[in-house]
Amino acid sequence: MSNEELIPAADFCTSHAIEIGFIQSLHEYGLIEIITIEETRFVHPEQLPQLEQFIRLHYELDINLAGIDAIANLLQRIEQMQNEIRMLKNRLTGEVILTNK
Amino acid sequence: MDFIDYYKILGVDKNATEDDIKKAYRKLARKYHPDLNPNDKDAHKKFQQINEANEVLSDPEKRKKYDQYGKDWQHAGQFEQARQQYQRAPGQGREDFFTGDFGEGDFSDFFESLFGGARTGRGRSSNVKFRGEDYHAELQIQLTDVYKTHQQTFTVNGKNVRITVPAGIEDGQKIKIKGYGGPGINGGPNGDLYITFTIINNTRFKRTGNDLHTTADLDLYTAVLGGETTIDTPDGKVKLQIKPLTQNNSTIRLKGKGVPVYKHEGQYGDLYITWQVKLPTHLSEKEKALFTELAAMAKSSNA
Repeated sequence: MSNEELIPAADFCTSHAIEIGFIQSLHEYGLIEIITIEETRFVHPEQLPQLEQFIRLHYELDINLAGIDAIANLLQRIEQMQNEIRMLKNRLTGEVILTNK
Repeated sequence: MDFIDYYKILGVDKNATEDDIKKAYRKLARKYHPDLNPNDKDAHKKFQQINEANEVLSDPEKRKKYDQYGKDWQHAGQFEQARQQYQRAPGQGREDFFTGDFGEGDFSDFFESLFGGARTGRGRSSNVKFRGEDYHAELQIQLTDVYKTHQQTFTVNGKNVRITVPAGIEDGQKIKIKGYGGPGINGGPNGDLYITFTIINNTRFKRTGNDLHTTADLDLYTAVLGGETTIDTPDGKVKLQIKPLTQNNSTIRLKGKGVPVYKHEGQYGDLYITWQVKLPTHLSEKEKALFTELAAMAKSSNA
């Protein structure tokens, strides 16, 4: 990815009316990655949906960083479990088809 | 269109203070917020109701109007003049209202008849850039369509979208089409389109990942003596050599006859065939005599 596609963290914070310290804290918690190029901090556009989700959790639901970290982990586990359920369902459907052959 | 009891939605009584309403709203919002309930349409709907209730009850003027006229919503036209005079002060705090991509403005007819539709308060500045809403769509394709990469056109929110469906896609798999979601606000980027695929199995194969499984009948004589049989694969019919003494329920693997591996061109899973040895259902006298002879031979050799 070229540097032009990266989003300056300061611009993002201005447009979302949030403090840069919040993004920095997310980075320190390992929740997002900040890329620093020549002392300017950037975020990767791929991270935007998750970053905006963290902003909603914090500013709208009053959830602190530890809570966001826990939620992010739990949501990841839910997604893994949903994928596992999907795979098991697919296998089960296949077995039903074979049984009814 | 029915009357909506906003107090009931937030679980507070009519004398609830602003603080009670705020607390009730926050508690319910944490429970039903779409970020905490991914892919849960019921929670999403409930969240919209909570938001709408809060929009009315957290605003003293709206609450007053609701308390006064709420049950007479049919006469909403009479409220119009009052509505036009009504202006909410701009720049209220963020905590007033949840923003985000969760159906802003998607309020009930009841709300619109009473308050004229458009939301009057926003938690953030109107110049703030917002990424557009992500759209979610479901697309059904048949398993036979999974064998080859193909193009498919469909409509999302009135917009034709032509996508390439890579071979090997799995049931329930989600792919992202960047920028095909809702338009950004105030110059923000467009949202993305997420397509969840449902694969309808129109074949007799069972799919597990990239492998396919099937059963095939084998007559007793071919199973015992070996021979040839023809079976169906996704590629068409294949002639197979059967080893002598092939056991019932034994499985063979046809390498590379399964489903293409997603985004790995030229790689395929395998096809597993489980033999179902079929016993004769009728024997002639001569066959019966020969089987009896075989049984006697087996008995003496085991003795």
